[in-house]
Amino acid sequence: MNNTSKRWIFDSVVWSASLLFLFGLLLDNALADSKGFTASNNTWKAECASCHMAYPPNLLPAPAWRRLMAGLDKHFGTDASIDARSAAEIGAFLENNSGQGKRRGSDSGTLRITETPWFQRKHDEVPASTWKNPRVQTAANCSACHAGAERGDFDEHAVRIPR
Amino acid sequence: MHTFRICCNKGVHPLAYFPDQNAVAINLQQLLRSAAGLLLAGSLALPGLEAAAAAPAEIQKSLETAARASTPGFGGLSAERGQRFFSSTHGNDWSCTSCHTPTPLAPGKHAKTGREIAPLAPAANPQRFTDAAKVEKWFNRNCNDVLGRVCTAQEKGDVLAYLMSLAK
Ligand code: HEC
Ligand code: HEC
Ligand code: HEC
Repeated sequence: MNNTSKRWIFDSVVWSASLLFLFGLLLDNALADSKGFTASNNTWKAECASCHMAYPPNLLPAPAWRRLMAGLDKHFGTDASIDARSAAEIGAFLENNSGQGKRRGSDSGTLRITETPWFQRKHDEVPASTWKNPRVQTAANCSACHAGAERGDFDEHAVRIPR
Repeated sequence: MHTFRICCNKGVHPLAYFPDQNAVAINLQQLLRSAAGLLLAGSLALPGLEAAAAAPAEIQKSLETAARASTPGFGGLSAERGQRFFSSTHGNDWSCTSCHTPTPLAPGKHAKTGREIAPLAPAANPQRFTDAAKVEKWFNRNCNDVLGRVCTAQEKGDVLAYLMSLAK
């Protein structure tokens, strides 16, 4: 084989590998977008779903999750403290899958999903009396209106407000 | 003889032409991270299985031993005292019954979030009091919430005696 054809083989191998890799990158990003509210982690499911449903990590920006995880011993009026190892794993999971972009990625200072501008805009048509309905109890009780909330399904066509 | 070149000067690796090398680096990082996650999950699974073996009676026994060591004039665990402790608010807003109901054979409901809680009595829920670390974690949290302090071994032992006295 002369040098030129060696070069040719080398070039085509490198090029196809690079193209495949780029294609992989694009696919990966597309999948990340279509993941919706279904990111999951076993430790998170075991530790963060006993007092309420496990809220999808992309509903709060990373800095809010960091503050929330640093204060679990005083968590919205309850003690939700966990061991350091689980806390580290859950914290990393929440931050890696946290809210992105202009809406869900910006930190408005609150630790409550239900106090973020994003949540309030999505729910501005819900009348004040509904939030006080004892069958809803708290805005954080997503499943009261979104039957599929535990599965990450918040589709607006499946919303049923209890009366 | 032909030459086949799309862009590059000889000797320059095609990848060097992509301006956004960060994207490549980040993706590699993600790959490594998920690989590490898989390994970690694998190594955690085994000890987890071993830990979930205790029975309510064993947990009660170790609470009793701790209570005997720390309570002057210890006179045994009492289901009756446990029941009184369980339904008292101890001067604050909540009692244990606020979430676990006065009849812990039945499912409870979280006083603040409304989430259903599986029954606390072992007779109604065989998973209860089988994992010492889990029991300790929840005694710590819930005693803090209800009493503003951790419970003593005697108090925990009494509560467990009460819950074990409940039959379907
Ligand atoms: C011991 C019970 C308990 C545990 C365990 C717990 N939480 Fe909570 N959490 C609460 C309570 C109580 C509230 C307040 C609910 C309300 O006021 O409506 C709350 C509220 C929240 C909110 C705000 C909801 C809103 O209003 O938008 C987030 C976010 C949250 N929890 C995340 C977590 C995460 C993450 C974990 C796991 C590390 C966790 N929680 C574990 C009891 C708990
Ligand atoms: C009192 C009932 C109620 C509760 C509780 C509630 N929602 Fe909603 N949600 C609604 C209604 C009504 C809509 C608007 C549907 C529409 O636009 O037609 C909505 C819309 C949404 C949407 C947008 C859906 C879409 O297809 O655009 C999301 C996401 C969502 N809610 C998430 C949540 C989360 C997360 C929680 C809990 C932290 C929650 N909701 C709690 C009633 C509720
Ligand atoms: C604010 C609500 C709330 C109150 C008040 C409360 N608990 Fe709990 N408790 C919970 C929740 C939530 C769990 C975990 C639910 C699960 O594992 O399904 C739990 C779990 C437990 C467990 C774990 C048992 C096991 O092996 O799974 C024990 C023990 C316990 N509680 C004891 C108590 C005692 C004693 C009191 C009163 C001092 C009390 N709780 C008050 C909410 C509460």
